[in-house]
Amino acid sequence: MTQAGKTLALVEQFQYGLDAPICLTWELTYACNLACVHCLSSSGRRDPRELTTAQCRAVIEELERMQVFYVNIGGGEPTVRPDFWDLVGYATAHHVGVKFSTNGVKITPQIARRLAGSDYVDVQISLDGATAEVNDAVRGPGSYATALAAMRNLAEAGFKGFKISVVVTRQNAGQLDDLKAIAEEFGAQLRLTRLRPSGRGADVWDELHPTAAQQRQLYDWLVARGEQVLTGDSFFHLAGYGEALPGLNLCGAGRVVCLIDPVGDVYACPFAIHESFLAGNVRGPGGFAAVWRDSELFARLRRPQTGGACQACSAYDSCRGGCMAAKFFTGLPLDGPDPECVKGHGERTLAAAAGAPVPRPFGNHSHRNRPVPVTIGPRPARHRPDRACDENPLADFRP
Amino acid sequence: MSTEAPPLAGFDLDRPWQLHPQVSVRPERFGALLYHFGTRRLSFLKSPALLTVVRELGGAPSAREACRRAGLTGAELPAYAAALGTLASSQMIRERGES
Repeated sequence: MTQAGKTLALVEQFQYGLDAPICLTWELTYACNLACVHCLSSSGRRDPRELTTAQCRAVIEELERMQVFYVNIGGGEPTVRPDFWDLVGYATAHHVGVKFSTNGVKITPQIARRLAGSDYVDVQISLDGATAEVNDAVRGPGSYATALAAMRNLAEAGFKGFKISVVVTRQNAGQLDDLKAIAEEFGAQLRLTRLRPSGRGADVWDELHPTAAQQRQLYDWLVARGEQVLTGDSFFHLAGYGEALPGLNLCGAGRVVCLIDPVGDVYACPFAIHESFLAGNVRGPGGFAAVWRDSELFARLRRPQTGGACQACSAYDSCRGGCMAAKFFTGLPLDGPDPECVKGHGERTLAAAAGAPVPRPFGNHSHRNRPVPVTIGPRPARHRPDRACDENPLADFRP
Repeated sequence: MSTEAPPLAGFDLDRPWQLHPQVSVRPERFGALLYHFGTRRLSFLKSPALLTVVRELGGAPSAREACRRAGLTGAELPAYAAALGTLASSQMIRERGES
C-alpha cells in the first residue's frame, strides 16, 4: 500500500467523475482593466448577460449543497464587479471557500487588512515576469507596478502565503529563480501555470510558449522544488520526462473540475471555452447540479478514454496524452499527442498539419478601441483561433 | 493485509480523536474527500469503512472503539491506524482536548 499505489487508485476513481467538482473555476465577469495578450477568456468588456448578484448567490447556495469545498474566482478582473466583496462574503458564510485571481488593481491596504483576517479566502496575484519589462509586454503597461503594490499591501497587512501566479512563457522561463525570490520577499508562494492556446492566447501561443529546451529546464526546476512551488497540476504533460510532478497528473475536465463563465455557461474546463466543451448553463432547469450530473458532454468525458495515436508510446501512462484544450485549439486530434509533447510527437503532428484550419475560440470580449499590445514578435503566418485560462482548480492538491 | 503487520508507531489508537473543526467531509463512491480550510489541503479517505471510522471518532472514547463501531477486526486495524496516522499528520484529525 505505497503512496504511489494509493494515488493511482484515486486517479482511476477520479477519471469516472465525482458527485460534485472538488473545486471549480468561476469567472465572475469578462470586464477587465487590462488586456493581457494571452487572456484565456478574451476578457475586456463586461457581457450584459452576466449573472446578477441574486443569480450568483443562488449558484453559491447550490455549491454549498453539493459540498464544493472552494471556488477559484477569476475573470476578467473579478474585483471590478461592484458586488465582488459581497459575493466573497456570501460564499464563505455558506462554507464555500474562495480563492480569487486578480491583477491587484483593487487590493488597497484596507482591503488587504480585511483579507488577511479571513481563513476562508485566498488571494492569487497574477504576474508574468520578474521584471516590469517582461511582465508588461504580456500584461500591459503599469501592470507590474500594480501587482507589486498589491503584494506589498498584502504582506504589510500580514497576509501570509498568498499566491503569485505566473504563466510560464518563452520570455519568463529563464526568470524562475527571480520569481521565486519575489514570492519569498513577500512571504508568498509561487505558482506556475502553463500557457494555453485558448482565448487570445491562441493568437500568441506560437511566439510565447516555452521552447522544448525551456520545457525540459522547467521540468528539472519543478522536480527540484516541487514541494514549495504550486503548479495547479498544470504541467502533467511533462510527466513524460520520467518522474511525475506533484499533483494528480490527470486532466480533470468535467471529471473533477469545470468552469462557470460570467453568463452562467458551464464548460468542461477553464481552458476550453468553446461550444464543443459547453455542458449547459446554471440558469437552466436543475441549475448547476443538473449540468454537472447529467450533461452528455461530461458523461462522455467520464467514460474511459482511448489513447489513440499515443497508446503505443512508452510515456502514455504518465502524461495521458496531455491537455485536451491545448490540442483542440492547435487543431490537433483529442486522442493524439499534446502540442508540447515532450517526445516531440506534437510538434511533428503540428508541422504536418500546418495551414489546416483550427477551431476558433468562442466569444470575444476584448476591448474594442484598445489594441491588444502584441509586441513580442511577428504574428504567425498560420491562422490561429482566439480564446484561454490560467487556473486549473486542482491547484494545491497533493494526493 | 497480513496479520503479521508490524506494531504501529506514531498513532495512538487508545486516545480520543476528532475531526478537525475546520475540515469538511464529502462522501464519494470510493470513500470521501476531505478539505481543510485552514491549511487549504485536500485529502481523501480511500474506503467507505474509513469514512465510518472518521465519523465515529468524535463520539467514541478512543480511535480503537471508533474502528470497532465501523466493524473492523483486529487484522484490519494496523492499516486503518496507519491511515488515521496520515490524517493526523496533515491535521485532518486531532486528539480531543487539544486546542
